[in-house]
Amino acid sequence: MSDVNRAIDAVWRIESPRLIAGLARITGDVGLAEDLAQDALVAALERWPQTGVPDNPGAWLMATAKHRAIDMHRRSKRIERKHEQIGHELDAQQEMSVSDLDAALDDDIGDDLLRLMFTACHPVLSQEARVALTLRLLGGLTTDEIARAFVVPEATVAQRIVRAKRTLSEARVPFEVPRGSDRDARLSSVLGVIYLVFNEGYSATAGEDWVRPALCEDALRLGRILAELSPNEPEVHGLVGLMEIQASRLRARTGPKGEPILLLDQDRGKWDQLLIRRGLAALARAEQLGGARGPYALQAAIVACHARARTADETDWERIVALYDALAELTPSPIVELNRAVAVSMAYGPALGLELVDALRSEPALRSYHLLPSVRGDLLMKLGRHGEAKPEFDHAASLTRNSRERELLLERSRKAAAGISGAQ
Amino acid sequence: MRFMTIYKPGEETTTPPTQEHIAAMGKFIEELAKSGVLIQTDGLQHSSKGARVRLNADGTFKITDGPFTEAKEVIGGYAIIDVKSKAEAIELTKRFLKVAGGGESEVREMHDQPAYDARSASPSQFADAAQARLQQEATR
Repeated sequence: MSDVNRAIDAVWRIESPRLIAGLARITGDVGLAEDLAQDALVAALERWPQTGVPDNPGAWLMATAKHRAIDMHRRSKRIERKHEQIGHELDAQQEMSVSDLDAALDDDIGDDLLRLMFTACHPVLSQEARVALTLRLLGGLTTDEIARAFVVPEATVAQRIVRAKRTLSEARVPFEVPRGSDRDARLSSVLGVIYLVFNEGYSATAGEDWVRPALCEDALRLGRILAELSPNEPEVHGLVGLMEIQASRLRARTGPKGEPILLLDQDRGKWDQLLIRRGLAALARAEQLGGARGPYALQAAIVACHARARTADETDWERIVALYDALAELTPSPIVELNRAVAVSMAYGPALGLELVDALRSEPALRSYHLLPSVRGDLLMKLGRHGEAKPEFDHAASLTRNSRERELLLERSRKAAAGISGAQ
Repeated sequence: MRFMTIYKPGEETTTPPTQEHIAAMGKFIEELAKSGVLIQTDGLQHSSKGARVRLNADGTFKITDGPFTEAKEVIGGYAIIDVKSKAEAIELTKRFLKVAGGGESEVREMHDQPAYDARSASPSQFADAAQARLQQEATR
């Protein structure tokens, strides 16, 4: 890639969300807006290598996209309702200079971005479509990058995006920030998409392709944007706090050979203090806004307990148990129960934890979940019941799909076996 | 990728920045925060309040109080940003320098692990803090 192309790529990353958001407001059609923005990018790729990158590249791209829209409007006689609207707005703005245009756009950019987020995460779309569209329109990711990140063929992602844009258009989804009773549900859809992107990256940090862990950064960026644009939503800050604190441990989670290192065994000196502080600040903000009991804020509060502990021994497990109690009440799930059982075992001893884990063994949702036998094995080891622990680790190893994790579990199985012979 | 941009204004003045300048910088920082890339930023006080500490080859220290004479090398402020590429960091630095009205920035990719601790704040608080700092300098 030449220097100019690299610069264009950078400008596109910076400008494309606002460009698409601004165009979507004018045209009322996200798909059309993205096409126009792409056309402007193509024009830049043709022109800038000769002319250099203009002084205000964002305004240049916007002006070009708008001219393109005018051309389309004039050429097409079979004008749709939407195109008529573009025509009106564009005619009115044609006389404006580029800097005026930029200023006019500037006023609304925050609102437009927020509208774009809500639209890309609209419930009329499947979860997969929401994710792809959000990363494409707001994260500035290419189709290829999204495909690699989710380990699916590029054509699948391209198809998903085309279909999503068509669905939005056909359902006449208005380009707006929802108000009233709808708002909470729509906001949690946006938060759900961002968290899904984050988790996809988080669970892939041992992967070979750097694009996958980079999803954590993409999600954080999206979350930070959302927090700036809707500063009074406690759950937004709760989610950002959760992600910042989780991300603070990314570098401590794997050893030199890529092997996973469990939370309590991690070198806390490797935790990223800058992200921890940002995460704690976001959590504090969520709590100030009265959102301490939101599902994301509760999860953030749990990870914050770990982040605050200088050593594993200093962890406030009793507080973690209380937070899991609240979370289980709010969003009951066997996974939350399993986590709660671990916290109970740390706070009140392995025997109590084992009782809770045993109660989960008949849970259908956990039947093929490797962490259930893995946790059970750990608790049995702590109770000195090595003979019972070994088959649990073996079972867990057979269930995980992550090869690094499997190695770790098999090693624990070997330790359990050594424990058996040691006891004899 | 995380970058630190280190700003060297090229001259150290004691004249306070104008209200317009303060407002323009505040707006720029706010936009940076709104685009989700800003991790932290701050301006530094006049070098007359600072010092240089050097460890000599013989194991002794040499402490030099500010102000530092070679004004071109004096650091005026810094920002930590999380972006996709060096090109993106450079593009944002160009925009910053235009608002700053001159000077030079060093754009450096950070290691995975920041070597120091930062104070806690949300992005908007960073913007506020930077603005407060500018104002504080203006009234000094």
